[in-house]
Amino acid sequence: MTVEGERPRRAANWWEDDAGDAAPVEEGKPMASIRPITMPKWGLAMEEGMLARWAVDVGATITLGQEIMDIETTKIANVFESPVTGVLRRRVVGEGDTVPVGALLGVVSEPDVPDAEVDDFVREFLAGFEPVAGGGAAAIAPETIEAGGRRIRRLKAGPDTGLPVLFLHGFGADLTTWTLNQAALADEHPVHAIDLPGHGGSTKDLADGSVEALAAAVRDYMDAEELETAHLVGHSLGAAVAVTMALDAPSRVAGLTLVAPAGLGEEIAGDFIAGFIAESRARKLRPYLEMLVANPDRVTADMVEDVLKFKRLDGAMAALQSIADANFAGDSQRLSLRDRLADIEAPVQVVWGENDRVLPASHAKGLPAHIPVTTIPDAGHIVHMEKATEVNAVIARLGKT
Amino acid sequence: MSKKSYRQAINEALRQEMERDERVIIMGEDISGGTGAAGDQDAWGGPLGVTKGLRPQFGPDRVLDTHLAEISFVGAAAGAALTGLRPVVELMFVDFMGVCFDQILNQTAKFRYMFGGKAVTPLVIRTMYGAGFRAASQHSQCLYPVFTHIPGLKVALPSNAYEAKGLLIQAIRDDDPVIFFEHKAMYDDEMEVPDEPYSIPFGEANVTREGDDVTIVAFGRMVNLANQAADSLGKHGISCTVVDPRTTSPLDTETILETVAETGRLVVIDEAHPRCGMASDIAGLVAENAFDSLKAPIKLVTAPHVPVPFSPALEDIYIPSVAKIEAAVRAAVSHGSKVAAE
Repeated sequence: MTVEGERPRRAANWWEDDAGDAAPVEEGKPMASIRPITMPKWGLAMEEGMLARWAVDVGATITLGQEIMDIETTKIANVFESPVTGVLRRRVVGEGDTVPVGALLGVVSEPDVPDAEVDDFVREFLAGFEPVAGGGAAAIAPETIEAGGRRIRRLKAGPDTGLPVLFLHGFGADLTTWTLNQAALADEHPVHAIDLPGHGGSTKDLADGSVEALAAAVRDYMDAEELETAHLVGHSLGAAVAVTMALDAPSRVAGLTLVAPAGLGEEIAGDFIAGFIAESRARKLRPYLEMLVANPDRVTADMVEDVLKFKRLDGAMAALQSIADANFAGDSQRLSLRDRLADIEAPVQVVWGENDRVLPASHAKGLPAHIPVTTIPDAGHIVHMEKATEVNAVIARLGKT
Repeated sequence: MSKKSYRQAINEALRQEMERDERVIIMGEDISGGTGAAGDQDAWGGPLGVTKGLRPQFGPDRVLDTHLAEISFVGAAAGAALTGLRPVVELMFVDFMGVCFDQILNQTAKFRYMFGGKAVTPLVIRTMYGAGFRAASQHSQCLYPVFTHIPGLKVALPSNAYEAKGLLIQAIRDDDPVIFFEHKAMYDDEMEVPDEPYSIPFGEANVTREGDDVTIVAFGRMVNLANQAADSLGKHGISCTVVDPRTTSPLDTETILETVAETGRLVVIDEAHPRCGMASDIAGLVAENAFDSLKAPIKLVTAPHVPVPFSPALEDIYIPSVAKIEAAVRAAVSHGSKVAAE
């Protein structure tokens, strides 16, 4: 991970907590002698996952943050980064097996712990393990509310107090794009993810497809939820909506994390927008969805089908076309927000996938000096799904305002 | 989005289309509980409760309980379609097609063609099919190959609740006659179904599993059995593509041929009888157009060429099972190898 831009060191700045590079995880915690590796909970709705591939052998030394396995859920396939450092002593779950969230996948220890103690640990863990129904969050599901006379679907979680974080997805997506991010921030913040008008389970009636109209809907949502202010985390077109909010209603925006934002440069992959709208068959649509990621294997059949299910809804195609027409023209963007970033009073940070094939990461170059930019390698346009741990670390810095 | 049964999904599709378009009417035997019957109107809401609640909401002008004579009410619906309404008529069991077949075969299916495209027939015939309900030979047949044989008709076979809602809405909005097949053993099967209206285009197959070794093409309820077989075989190193054509007419031949070209093997699962059925039709399609990509003979898993038995023990072995599908896939995969299939 590289951090670009001159980063002023003033105590009052919100990113001051972070020392040096944005490390994905905290280093240096003392290691207990034997540590479990368990099935992670990727998203509020995840109940189980399939261990697709082990990337490390028994006996290998693994470090915090190292990619140690591939895990697949019905929604996403992704690498799992080790939560611990030590020697891998046991693989408890084999490749291809599906187990509940929290189940023991493997065991790590210091090299000198005897085998018998490791076996005892495994035995005791398995004897004491009971899967929690719904992966521990059965009650949390998307719901539909009225906000400003519009039907808005949202997923809300986390505590009642604290600085709210509001997630805004990109063109053609919906709130489930934040599956890996929303849960990670829900311990400390009220987290809201909404479907923008025209998308997901929200109304398909659009006054127009402009970011101003979408921003007005976001403001209505915040009014309906009595959110005076929030950190906005926006992806792609949703980031442009967030920037527009910050310009039009500065008091409502405590900070901005812009993930691969639209509006900072001229080019956009027009064939992505056109293909995404035009294709109605999974096998034809898939190549366009693969443009969103650095590694095409990360696009699952369920992801493709979920996009199709959205596109089949009455009014969805007209809404998509209207938004595309308002904001894009072929390989160029009609949006131009770059010069206005300096006018935003709230702290702003930008994160981009280095291999973004929809909006090039070069759009992050030459931004105002007070805006830190994090560029993440081996990631494409949906960097928040591909490299969730890193993106969550960036978002968390902003949450500490 | 919420969990809905196959029954609820069909009911919701009917209700939303009736709300959207006042030309949509429904008619059929006992669809609101039986005209003139004792007790409340809509006490049953159809023989299996699929149309419940529609008569109270839309009234007797748009929800017509008919007499027990399919030849006349199916014919009346076809005429209504020809003259501007969009009727959804229920043929309680597809086995009853015999008493109204001329209306479908020689009238409904032919109007558009014989009137030189100047007339359209936006008629939907919803009908129950399939075995497993202990309903004996005259109430358990599949018969969709018979309708698929007739040009001018479209034939939809929804394989779950999501498919049922989207395909039925598409059927109602389609300007051609559509025979909509509901498997009677699936009405209680639940899954997540959007609350909003949506339509699934005809002639676009759904690839429900993606694999490298075998293409399984399955129809209607058999898609679920094929998925189970694919999941089970996947644990033993055999990866299957499963294709649900969704509609047998129009048929998405492109997806079938493309996936067979990728896997080199084909197994077709069809609950209908084997002669002149969809299984032999798909086998013929692939043999004619993708012969060079085949690594093994095509395998068909169908019901036997006998009437559906009433004996529960016999009916259970009559229907294609997950075990039979797995055996056929293993046979296709092991063809030519000296190691016998497990």
